[in-house]
Amino acid sequence: MDPSLKFVIVDESPVRAAILADGLREAGFTQVVRLEETNNLLANIYAIDPDVVLIDLENPSRDVLEQMFQVSRAVKRPIAMFVDQSDSASIQASVDAGVSAYIVDGLKKERIKPILDLCISRFHAFSRLRAELEKTKTALEERKVIERAKGILMKLKKISEEEAYALLRRTAMNENRKIAEVAQSVITASDLLK
Amino acid sequence: MSGERLHIGFIPLCDAAALIVAADRGFASAEGLDVELVREVSWSNMRDKLNIGMFDAAHLLAPVAVASSLGLGHVKVPLIAPLALAVNGNAITVSPSLHAALAAAADGNIGDPPVTARALARVVAARKAKGEEPLTFGMTFPFSSHNYSLRFWMAAGGVTPDEDVHLVVLPPPYMVESLASKQVDAFCVGAPWNSVAVEQGIGFILHAGSEIFARATEKVLAVRASWAERNADPLARLVRAHRRAAAFVEDLANRDEVVALLAAPHRLGVAREVIRRTLDGRLEIASDGSVRTNDRYLLIGRKGATQPEPVQAAWLYAQMVRFGQAPLSPELLAAAKAVFRPDLFAAALPAERADLAGEPADGIGAFAGPAFDANNIASYLETWAAKR
Repeated sequence: MDPSLKFVIVDESPVRAAILADGLREAGFTQVVRLEETNNLLANIYAIDPDVVLIDLENPSRDVLEQMFQVSRAVKRPIAMFVDQSDSASIQASVDAGVSAYIVDGLKKERIKPILDLCISRFHAFSRLRAELEKTKTALEERKVIERAKGILMKLKKISEEEAYALLRRTAMNENRKIAEVAQSVITASDLLK
Repeated sequence: MSGERLHIGFIPLCDAAALIVAADRGFASAEGLDVELVREVSWSNMRDKLNIGMFDAAHLLAPVAVASSLGLGHVKVPLIAPLALAVNGNAITVSPSLHAALAAAADGNIGDPPVTARALARVVAARKAKGEEPLTFGMTFPFSSHNYSLRFWMAAGGVTPDEDVHLVVLPPPYMVESLASKQVDAFCVGAPWNSVAVEQGIGFILHAGSEIFARATEKVLAVRASWAERNADPLARLVRAHRRAAAFVEDLANRDEVVALLAAPHRLGVAREVIRRTLDGRLEIASDGSVRTNDRYLLIGRKGATQPEPVQAAWLYAQMVRFGQAPLSPELLAAAKAVFRPDLFAAALPAERADLAGEPADGIGAFAGPAFDANNIASYLETWAAKR
């Protein structure tokens, strides 16, 4: 890959931008700039004069970049999206991943593909990371709920912690619900009866 | 009737009213459609997600449907518009300092577009003579009626848009902030953003879009041409559901309910009063409370607004040619006109007869220039070239 290529990343998520930048550096691209500020976005991009602009699809400023396609005196070099007519599969893959890439016209297609693949896989990596984080958070919450429900049952029914947990689990199995859901019902019921 | 599952993208704007009412007030399900409305953040996303099939239909800027079909600015994907979602609905808002400068340079009523266009030319010339930075105007997308309204208006006064001023794309939610921080001197955007600027005391509404063009298709319900071919029946049901929703929106007896549906947090998520004012065509144009009413400000289901009119597509194509976005050719003109499909609209609603009494004879009703002639765009455009 050509280390002289210059990248701009427009992403409000610092974590995702870092994951993307790291991936690009690992691939040998050293010139990677992240733009956080969406004010004067176009002017900043022109000042950096990148070969590739990457933007996340949840960023409303994506429409600002579309102006780069317009021929006007303000544009130093026309920019084209990474794909031509034949590449709708690439658009699909990148939209699915949540990233869009704008690449300066003149960059050869065979050099674009690996860059794009890298960005897509990095965006997927970020989504997985976020999903895992979400899962961990939920698991933690659920554990807290179950602990509280156990405490309520132990106090009310004068049973041991193991018995309380077994009761929750049995009820969940009988009613085909998650233990955390049953635990939540116990807490709600106990709050109501207070 | 089985529920046909459809994903439809929308941008949180007042002119998504028919979409929101169709989905949330039962017009879609009455036609056997199970619609999921998906809120989007940018027109580029909307276009791309429609193009690759993540959306079955989309709330789309009318010129984007034309541009996508002609392959302008992006991948060429033929789209069609079997129904229009809105006619008009934008406004031009200027900063207090530009408003004062225009008022000082005006040779007549500042509510009059020819007067403000001439005043703008004088302000622009004076700034140039003093070596000041050109004025900056914000608009929402390169292929948008906002872009064309601004350009048409200023060019009518003698300003050459690409040379004398800066025109920049800004996402609508950033417009007000950009005017407040003086990054732009004016903008053209849809509701509710003009009213928000006025409410914050940082802008004056100079003109409603309908004062520039009396009748300009603003948003369409767009689908891929290939999808329409394979889904004639769901398409007809979509058209019927949205035509009925549009009529419901316009019935004053339903205004409270419509305003509440639009204001919901997962729809527009803005104050009810701002939405109501927009639907009522009652614009507060300055923070002192001055109001300008205009019953053409936003047409959703009145005056034949839902019917796709090929003359509108031809008009949009003519603006693209005039402002350097497209070359002029009879083939492209024909392709542009074919995007708007009154035949599909009529097939879905055979009894529908639009009441067009009092509507502009040339279909557009621009405030300046000759009548528009869709069959002779070249000579229409020559008039403007000669005036420049």
